Amino acid sequence: MERDTHFILGVYDDEDVLLHAVEKVRGNGVKIHEVYSPYPVHGLEHVLGYKRSRLPIAAFLFGMLGTSLALTMQFYMMRFDWPMIIGGKDFAAFPDFIPVTFEMTVLLAAFGMVGVFMVSSNLKPWAQPRIFDIRSTDDKHVMAIDIAHNSALEIEKIKEILKASGATEVNNKSFE
Amino acid sequence: MQVTSSVREPLVTGGKSYHDVTHDVARQVEGKPTKLWFLAFLTAAGVLALGSIALLATLWEGIGMWGLNKTIGWAWDITNFVWWVGIGHAGTLISAVLLLFRQKWRTSINRAAEAMTIFAVICAAMFPVIHMGRPWLGAYWALPLPNTFGSLWVNFNSPLLWDVFAISTYFSVSLVFWYIGLIPDFATIRDRATGLRKTIYGALSFGWDGAAKTWMRYESVSLILAGLATPLVLSVHTIVSFDFATSVIPGWHTTIFPPYFVAGAIFSGFAMVLTLMIITRKVFKLEDYITMGHIELMNIVIIITGSIVGIAYITEFFIAWYSGVEAEQYAFINRATGPYWWAYWSMMTCNVISPQLFWFKKIRTSIIATFILSLVVNIGMWFERFVIIVTSLHRDFLPSSWAMFYPTWADVGVYMFTFGLFFTLFFLFAKFFPVINMAEVKSVLKSSSDKAHN
Repeated sequence: MERDTHFILGVYDDEDVLLHAVEKVRGNGVKIHEVYSPYPVHGLEHVLGYKRSRLPIAAFLFGMLGTSLALTMQFYMMRFDWPMIIGGKDFAAFPDFIPVTFEMTVLLAAFGMVGVFMVSSNLKPWAQPRIFDIRSTDDKHVMAIDIAHNSALEIEKIKEILKASGATEVNNKSFE
Repeated sequence: MQVTSSVREPLVTGGKSYHDVTHDVARQVEGKPTKLWFLAFLTAAGVLALGSIALLATLWEGIGMWGLNKTIGWAWDITNFVWWVGIGHAGTLISAVLLLFRQKWRTSINRAAEAMTIFAVICAAMFPVIHMGRPWLGAYWALPLPNTFGSLWVNFNSPLLWDVFAISTYFSVSLVFWYIGLIPDFATIRDRATGLRKTIYGALSFGWDGAAKTWMRYESVSLILAGLATPLVLSVHTIVSFDFATSVIPGWHTTIFPPYFVAGAIFSGFAMVLTLMIITRKVFKLEDYITMGHIELMNIVIIITGSIVGIAYITEFFIAWYSGVEAEQYAFINRATGPYWWAYWSMMTCNVISPQLFWFKKIRTSIIATFILSLVVNIGMWFERFVIIVTSLHRDFLPSSWAMFYPTWADVGVYMFTFGLFFTLFFLFAKFFPVINMAEVKSVLKSSSDKAHN
């Protein structure tokens, strides 16, 4: 996929101003590429109109996988492959299998979900992220607007909307 | 920039701006290490080096180097194991349970507390591994691996095996939880750095860019990891207590053990967090982030868990009498009045009486008193495990085999080794990693908002 390279950036100092700004900018028909923040701003995903993350479903499925793997393993080893009399207990001593089953459920749910998160958010040690404004990991919220996706509006008009919405700076940013 | 509310005390004092937060935390990572840091680090590394002599001797000669005998087959090793695991409970409790309870004050201390958890669990795990005698073969005894004995599997009925799964799950999930939280902060350091540091922190930050969508997923991951880690943290010490509770040794065979061990773990974990935090905030000048409010709240957790532990001690004693089982009654009378009376009463003084001092506001808001009491609590918790383990074993059912436990230099040395390891790792962490979760502190900097969002 060809990546778009020309952006207009609105820089915001305050999270509340940002939340109102996102509503205003979207209300004016401008499509927002993404907003970059130094910390999680609650409610930002709602005003941006993002769908709820499906990571909980991934966690649940991986958890179920952990539960079934653990139970299968324990019943296979203790009841079928090499049954042994231990303290006169039933070979298939289900209550004794609960701790390991619980731990494996948690282990697979956690690792599976984090793995899906890493893949879906493209987080990997060799990733080279596009940094729109270096201050977005320090103290500024940066709203990036893709010029190519907003061809219906003039660039100057977009800049005006951003200024009116409370942006302290409006900049251009192009990538090679 | 800080917006203050009239009804809530600010969590961070000193009127910090977002940039101040970045600066105050990141400059520890960016600056040259101070003389004080070098001194502390070299001391810890020295203890590690000295202790490793005892560790190597134990690995070379076998665990006959320790003071164990026929009657007392578990002593310092398992005491140290349970003690370190207990200390390792505070970090995940702070980051997971307090996240679910929306206790926002946790943001200043969760990073260091989780680091402490991870290092404490490493120290804890060393003891059962060394106790195997031939740790290089340990994987066959601890994990269900196919083997040449006809694939004779590990015993899933044994609480010792449950422990293997519990501790390793706890360690790896805590590590992941901790690292996910570190990623945004590594990105902050990356964006301030140049040259080699930029490359290293760039790789550590996994290409984090702070996009709203990624933050949304990050929040979702944190919440679910917290939900998973909460029962996990409670399960770990529960399963550790099963190591004792499922046996038939008088003094061990009690149903009160799981809740009692969990409360004790949180109790000692918070004490260790306090010990480390009081030093860290002083050395790194982070008094505005780890405030007296934080210390007081942690002291309140210590009063609660300390009281639960105190009630558990008394209940145990009462139930021993009420059960009418002579062996059980004797085990408890022997604890309090037998040859190990000094250990029992050290435990009672340190764990039952000393935390009650925190009812006085003057004491729980005094740095020096908190620091001293946090050490006292950890000494007391070590004695608790020693009392439970050694006094229950040393006088068994056959009086001719009654014995005493005397630690050897190797016992002391291996314990020292874990201290060296713990503090070496902690000092390295404190220098090269952001000790405070910058992103999360920034998100609680405002104590009120003109637009409420959930």
